[in-house]
Amino acid sequence: MRPPSPSIPEKEFLFASLKQSLRLDGRSALELRTPTFTYGPELGWVECSLGKTRVLAHVDGKMVKPPPERPFEGMITIHSEISPMASSDYEIGRPSDEEVTITRMLDKVLKRSDAVDKESLCIQAGQRVWHIRLTLHFLSDAGNMLDCACLAGIVALKHFRRPDIEVIGDEVIVHAPTERAPVPLAIQHTPFCLTFAFFPDSETSPILDPNQLEQRLSAGLLSIALNAQRELCVLQKLGGVPLVNDEVLRLVDVAVTKAQELNILVDTSLREDWAQRKVEVR
Amino acid sequence: MSIVLPGENVPAQHVNLKLGPGLLQSTTSTSSDASRPSIIATRAGTLHHSANGAKWWVESNSRRYVPAAQESVVGVVTHRAGEGYRVDIGTAHPASLDALAFEGASRRNKPNLKVGSLVYARVSLAHKDMEPELECFDAQTRKAEGFGELKGGFVVRCSLKMSRDLLDPSHFLLPLLGGRFPLEVAVGMNGRVWISAKEVKQTIAIARCIGEVDTDGGGMGIEGVKKLLDSLDV
Repeated sequence: MRPPSPSIPEKEFLFASLKQSLRLDGRSALELRTPTFTYGPELGWVECSLGKTRVLAHVDGKMVKPPPERPFEGMITIHSEISPMASSDYEIGRPSDEEVTITRMLDKVLKRSDAVDKESLCIQAGQRVWHIRLTLHFLSDAGNMLDCACLAGIVALKHFRRPDIEVIGDEVIVHAPTERAPVPLAIQHTPFCLTFAFFPDSETSPILDPNQLEQRLSAGLLSIALNAQRELCVLQKLGGVPLVNDEVLRLVDVAVTKAQELNILVDTSLREDWAQRKVEVR
Repeated sequence: MSIVLPGENVPAQHVNLKLGPGLLQSTTSTSSDASRPSIIATRAGTLHHSANGAKWWVESNSRRYVPAAQESVVGVVTHRAGEGYRVDIGTAHPASLDALAFEGASRRNKPNLKVGSLVYARVSLAHKDMEPELECFDAQTRKAEGFGELKGGFVVRCSLKMSRDLLDPSHFLLPLLGGRFPLEVAVGMNGRVWISAKEVKQTIAIARCIGEVDTDGGGMGIEGVKKLLDSLDV
């Protein structure tokens, strides 16, 4: 069953309020809901929430034999399936359009942008590499699950630490976390995804981080993935709203400042969590 | 007041016993005395009863609506089907609303609802094996009694506990808002509240207050709401 589209009064009210540049949650047009991170007991277990949208990310690693065509590279797989837990609009087994978009964007943002250095995951060429698996659970949908999922994913990858290993001849020794401190993944850059929504009325300015109603009633979405160093990774536009070049460039500039803010936020949050995890060794 | 869990026995006894939501008269009597029916809870929550012990019910909070007869709900028309409409009221199955179940409706003169219209209706039939049915009038008097199509305004979604609280005359929120500016509200027991005010920012203020006071969203008290309304300049 497709989710019922919003009712006529809701649509009319939202368009009228956006015309007065008022948003339902009191944000300004280009304001992000402040993300909060909750870390679990394990390393690489992060719950990210943007308002009432919540995504849980979990990273684990194991050793596998690499495929023969890429013997020097580790593997990264992303599992993202939206279950009815997020909202009653989603069904098991049949991926919705939104799920397909999110899966493809996650692949582009986290994997194909080379956020994690794959060659550093190699243990023995052609014999053993690390297989990093990122699992995302969508807990609650209040709009813009894509940005929330990307954020949860990258924070989980930065939070994760794999056990230290040692290669002596043909033998691989895995050191337990109690023996040697686990090592973080080699993260080359930190991409963030930011979504803008456009409305059919050309006078209404685009808004950042749409909530569920805004997302459903939007005429088009523009997702920009980039890092704090102003390097664009992905630019995806959905829906048929015509856009002027200058407008896209302006939004990219907005996204840059937001990505820099997010970068600081993520770094402080990870540092605070790491400070709590210190165990004194005697 | 006590807390019950599903399956727990409830000591409800009265000659004219009425069971509310969350309670069930078990068919296989587990009590030793066969003449006394055993009542079990089907939901987790707090157990309440009326002063004389004739009415018993379980209070709890949830987000998914399960229809019950005689409850008023706010729904969205999703299809027009022959002589009636399909209405989404947030239940597992869509409800049906007959085109003749309106005040003054006849074969010649039927209301014309578009797909996407909002209706305020009463659940006339709620059976576990059948689709729920709605009506927009009182079947005895054939008067609208406030039910019918809702034009303009906005719909807020909240938890089921919040929608019951809004219907409680002693709850502080609606009188407080009504003291500041004129407003219209239709509270559905299905966790949807239709609100309407003259200005857009007033409607947004109501929507935000309901969201903040909701125990799901933060459970803000009366002082917090006053501060929020001051900051919103309404």
